[in-house]
Amino acid sequence: MAHFKKKQAGTKQEVPTSAMPDVVFMLLFFFMVTTVLREVTLKVKIDLTKATNIEKIEEKRLVSYIYIGPERLPNNKLGNDKVQIDDSIQEDIGAIRQIMYDKLLDEQRMIVSLRVDESSEFGLLTDVQEELKQAQTFRINYSTKSEATRN
Amino acid sequence: MLLKKRERESAEINGSSMADIAFLLLIFFLVTTTINVDTGIGMVLPPPVTEDNPPPPIKERNLMKILVNNAGLVTMDDEPTPIDEVQTKLIEFIKNPEASEELAVSPQAAIVSLKTVRETPYRIYIDMLDEVIGAYAVLRNEAANQNFSREYSQLNQEQKKIVDDIYPKKISIAEPDPE
Repeated sequence: MAHFKKKQAGTKQEVPTSAMPDVVFMLLFFFMVTTVLREVTLKVKIDLTKATNIEKIEEKRLVSYIYIGPERLPNNKLGNDKVQIDDSIQEDIGAIRQIMYDKLLDEQRMIVSLRVDESSEFGLLTDVQEELKQAQTFRINYSTKSEATRN
Repeated sequence: MLLKKRERESAEINGSSMADIAFLLLIFFLVTTTINVDTGIGMVLPPPVTEDNPPPPIKERNLMKILVNNAGLVTMDDEPTPIDEVQTKLIEFIKNPEASEELAVSPQAAIVSLKTVRETPYRIYIDMLDEVIGAYAVLRNEAANQNFSREYSQLNQEQKKIVDDIYPKKISIAEPDPE
């Protein structure tokens, strides 16, 4: 009996925790790499519409966004439909051409993601698209939420 | 005497709080991270129409004109169509199984033109575009099943290309008429 007891006492009861910081750091690095900090403050209201046949944009680095929707005014009111690129509202539609062309020069494979409010009118969108054509940025993506398939 | 009494400070940095710091950072990134992927309908715009670059001529029968008004009412080649029939009509137009004189010569030649007015809400426009893309998705799935007996989404890049060549997605978004 005494012999058995001695053997049991040889193992430690505690779990070694010295590797814990390493594990945590690994998780930390994972989230640091995958995280995308929201870099723009929206000045227009965007409620995306839904569609069934959608695809994912895998390479987020290539994407540049254009937001179209009713302008947020102080005291929670909504104004007319406006176009926002980066952090500012573009009053002059004709200026979009130059902005997007400059962006295209930085990244040849750029995809323009159009985030348009569901109630915005098509007219403004087509004006923006016309500018995109002029800027040679032909790859676009109409951002939508996914809808369950009906079939 | 006094010096002797003083204890020697340890040369190591106390690392026990390192895990706490790492946890704090980890939680920050956990909260700020957004893993959701952007989804949407991908399109390629045509080059701008200029004087020396006019649009290519298209045979009338190869073109399916879809008009949508701002209330969401649809006509296909001047025929009023309920929105849930658009997809079946489009598939018939692209495949043209009975080789009708009215419909597309071949799936490769078929072009779908989508036209609407400036006042159309974006929602209706996307619904319409969704139907057109849906028709092509059905056709491509069919072709994938026939040729490779697999769903389109499970094909590899080369096989996808073959199927895409059978049913090229030719969608033209016409500009609304100026008022």
